[in-house]
Amino acid sequence: MAVEIEYTCLSEISGPLIFVRGVRGVGFGEIVEIRDGSSAVRTGQTLEVDEDSAVVQVFEGTSGLSVEGMRVTFVGRPLEIPVDRDMLGRVFDGLGRPIDGAPQVITDNLKDINGLPVNPWSREYPRDFIQTGISAIDGMNTLIRGQKLPIFSASGMPHNLIAAQIARQAMILSAKEEFTVIFAAMGVKFDMARFFIDSLEESGVLTHSAIFLSLADAPSIERLITPRVALTLAEHLAFDEGMHVLVILTDMTNYCESLRELSSSRGEIPSRKGYPGYLYSDLASIYERAGRLKGHRGSITQMPILTMPSDDISHPVPDLTGYITEGQIVLERELFNKGIYPPIAGLPSLSRLMKDGIGEGHTRKDHAEVAAQLFASYAKVKRIRALEAIVGEEELSSLDRVYLKFGTAFEEEFLSQGPEENRSIEQTLDLGWRMLSLLPQEELYRICAEDLHKFYIPSKERGECQR
Amino acid sequence: MVTGKVISVNGPIVKASGLARIKMFDIAEVGPHRLIGEVIRLAGGVTVIQVYEDNTGLKPGDEVVSSCRPLSVLLGPGLIANIYDGIQRPLVGISEVCGSYIEKGIKLPALDMEKRWAFSPLVTAGAALRGGCVLGEIRESPLVVHRVLLPPGVSGTLTGIAAAGEYTIDEEIYTLDTATGTYTGKLAGYWPVRSPRPFRLKKKPFIPLMTGQRVIDTFFPIARGGTAAIPGGFGTGKTMTQHALAKWCNADIIVYIGCGERGNEMTDVLTEFPNLIDERNGRPLIERTVMIANTSNMPVPAREVSIYTGVTIAEFYRDMGYSVAVMADSTSRWAEALRELSSRLGDMPAEEGFPPYLATRLAEFYERAGLVETLSGHDGDITIIGAVSPPGGDFSEPVTQHTSRFVRCFWALDKILADARHYPSISWTDSYTEYLHDIEAWWRTLDSQWLSLRNEVMNILLDDHRLQQLVKLVGTDALPQTQQFVLFAAEMIKNAFLQQNSFDPIDKYCSPEKQLKLLKTFLTLYRKGSQLVHAGVSLKEIKALDVMSELVRLKSEVPNQDTARIDEYGKRLATELDSLKELLTGV
Repeated sequence: MAVEIEYTCLSEISGPLIFVRGVRGVGFGEIVEIRDGSSAVRTGQTLEVDEDSAVVQVFEGTSGLSVEGMRVTFVGRPLEIPVDRDMLGRVFDGLGRPIDGAPQVITDNLKDINGLPVNPWSREYPRDFIQTGISAIDGMNTLIRGQKLPIFSASGMPHNLIAAQIARQAMILSAKEEFTVIFAAMGVKFDMARFFIDSLEESGVLTHSAIFLSLADAPSIERLITPRVALTLAEHLAFDEGMHVLVILTDMTNYCESLRELSSSRGEIPSRKGYPGYLYSDLASIYERAGRLKGHRGSITQMPILTMPSDDISHPVPDLTGYITEGQIVLERELFNKGIYPPIAGLPSLSRLMKDGIGEGHTRKDHAEVAAQLFASYAKVKRIRALEAIVGEEELSSLDRVYLKFGTAFEEEFLSQGPEENRSIEQTLDLGWRMLSLLPQEELYRICAEDLHKFYIPSKERGECQR
Repeated sequence: MVTGKVISVNGPIVKASGLARIKMFDIAEVGPHRLIGEVIRLAGGVTVIQVYEDNTGLKPGDEVVSSCRPLSVLLGPGLIANIYDGIQRPLVGISEVCGSYIEKGIKLPALDMEKRWAFSPLVTAGAALRGGCVLGEIRESPLVVHRVLLPPGVSGTLTGIAAAGEYTIDEEIYTLDTATGTYTGKLAGYWPVRSPRPFRLKKKPFIPLMTGQRVIDTFFPIARGGTAAIPGGFGTGKTMTQHALAKWCNADIIVYIGCGERGNEMTDVLTEFPNLIDERNGRPLIERTVMIANTSNMPVPAREVSIYTGVTIAEFYRDMGYSVAVMADSTSRWAEALRELSSRLGDMPAEEGFPPYLATRLAEFYERAGLVETLSGHDGDITIIGAVSPPGGDFSEPVTQHTSRFVRCFWALDKILADARHYPSISWTDSYTEYLHDIEAWWRTLDSQWLSLRNEVMNILLDDHRLQQLVKLVGTDALPQTQQFVLFAAEMIKNAFLQQNSFDPIDKYCSPEKQLKLLKTFLTLYRKGSQLVHAGVSLKEIKALDVMSELVRLKSEVPNQDTARIDEYGKRLATELDSLKELLTGV
């Protein structure tokens, strides 16, 4: 073991970065300990090294640091955290250090927080349906075990309520298998984190969860580490211990802002909206850590939450996220204003893995057709509504008016449900058929004749059904 | 072999000194793990290397060694059905050595060195040979006969060739007496990825690449040897379209490049292709497919090189006389890798941070497509189909704009269609193809009127598009019956022809004959229907005909082998429409 050398030559401090001169033999990506006069030790990581200097990002921020009197040590290895089953039921800070008063978990199992890229050959294609109990998700944007499905939200909308409902209801069903939730908060307010903790506690699953908090008052640079720490633990639990892990990351927009901050203090050439050109690759290094592996029982399902600045889905953060994740759940202001919970937008929401996780043997044979027909018919409703706004309802054809009725029913009965309401997939699909049966049979062109015959509810019977 | 040492590390960009005689794009191995990198700049004794693997822990002072050879791929039997990362490391082999994750510094041969291939020679000693000519054959997979070629640039008199029998790729197979001495050849050899393989001449493409996707084959066809781009925002189905093309297009070989995309999508290809059967020969599709997977979480520089690795493999099979289709998903991620590396080098950026040479690189890549006469005198071709992922779905961004300058087929994906789950969501108003007239002659062998039929249906769609603007303002009912009929006919064409379900056992692939017959059916409806409406028959009566509800289901209920049923349906449709006319005259 080489002797650790302390360096005292800081040449510059800029934003979260410090520049150290006169260093020898420092590795790229190595962990750095920084001691100022007090007893506190800050941690950092080298971003750039050359023959006699190193650029270090300080996770705790640089406030209070000076170029004089600092002692910097390079520890010779990348950032690692201990991972162990005992970390369930605990609360950690954004760097993975316990903040619940209990001691550090004792284990020799240290893992590099950056992980290693998964070999695409070793992945198992996810096909197991997770019932979330929410019709808009189960019926039309089915969540699959091992999927990465973000919630695109915006300020003021109930994304946390939805994420908590999913975490709660998905767990109830999988009582037979070990299921855990890992919650990583980046730059969010304390009350929001509290809400999650309480909600996990109420459903009695807090003891099976691990929580990583880098709250709004923590140094912004720490947020770059938090999701990686959480996912490193998730990988251990899923692929070494065989658990099914749901990782909730909130709020990815804050994460990206920290990355932008770091990039700009390094003087990098910005790409869109000042975000660095490698934002896509950086986000991929987080999101791609979801999935299943051949020969392993467990899985990592990711549900990142992000807020779209001014509800703009083409903003770089939601845009690049959507290119990496396997679909997205988009919350819509218009539905929210109508008082519909969950306000999950019908059309822009999508689950890419749905096609292989539904149908016979997974959910029900007619599932794919019902979903496709609901999407197509609801798209038509949107067109007719746009028209109605111009010509008024009286000018619409009778068929168009039937569509409008379908649209309202779809939003108020199918999409809408209570935050405690847990619908089975059967209930969701039956409800879907009840909605579709409001339309004349010949409008249902996405459905095969056989299923149409079997499930379509003619108007005479419908009256009774609804009651 | 030259050695030097690292002087600085900035992400994947490493600067080294002391590497004398090293050339641009040579391979260098960096640090104690011997990470693979490529020389991308030489400046006053300093060599700039982009490292293809994660280089955490690399220190100034670490050793760099290079054998001064350019980055190359190993070409030989065994590529088919294999899956590689961006620098042609075999992913199956890697998983056997280090489990589920890719550990750094791992090095494995790209092809199986132990496997014995049944080789049969096609030339005899004494023959005067030139580069590119066929020496013998190997049955590489049940679908692919691998032709062993004399490497381009080598010529001379054959002095010896192995007898028919089983050989590994490492055994000496033939010797040649050349002007510069004796040349000894094996079944496999290296080729630098950044140099296109030579051919005799380029020809004008004239055969359509049949994809079985109606909107492509009928409306926006591509020729074998052509280039196409599929731009679309997220969720518009780029990858789904690429998958459908890789599955059903009638090329002999598919090279599928997953460049900076999702890991699960490659897994999907890997799990699906061995089980999907090609209708034309009854064999699994994997037996004609080579895969390159450099997913988004794998090192960025290897992503930059992955498309060259893919296209070089494609050229190798083209030179054997095959028709090869390259799917590059997504070229935007490749361009981003280029941007990331150029920004770390401190290049002056052009638009949106992309380097000024983006357009040149894109042009060079697409130019590697084409129908050629190979060095051995056969025809071979490469079709390149590149997905483009414009940020925010905005086609005015640099990658989409430059790509559209270099491709001749543009399949624009439409967000509104995708939202309504109308797949493939290829827009019929924004897409275009320049191959229509090149391949018309081929279609004329099926029907001499093909182009005019196609244009007539296209015009219905364009009329519809124009009328839709009006409908947005006044609603359908305010339009005259004749225009409402156009809307109705167009709606039928959209639902019963353009929209195609790639998961439906029948609809997933539509033969050219079936496409043509469906097209004619719509024209029967349109021609007869418009006459009727002009004569005063109401649209409602036409819609109420019994045959109408069947029209939408023809695509998924009539198999490709049984297209006579469409003719039969067409007759019934005509009769029923005529009966309306009789009613009218009867009154």
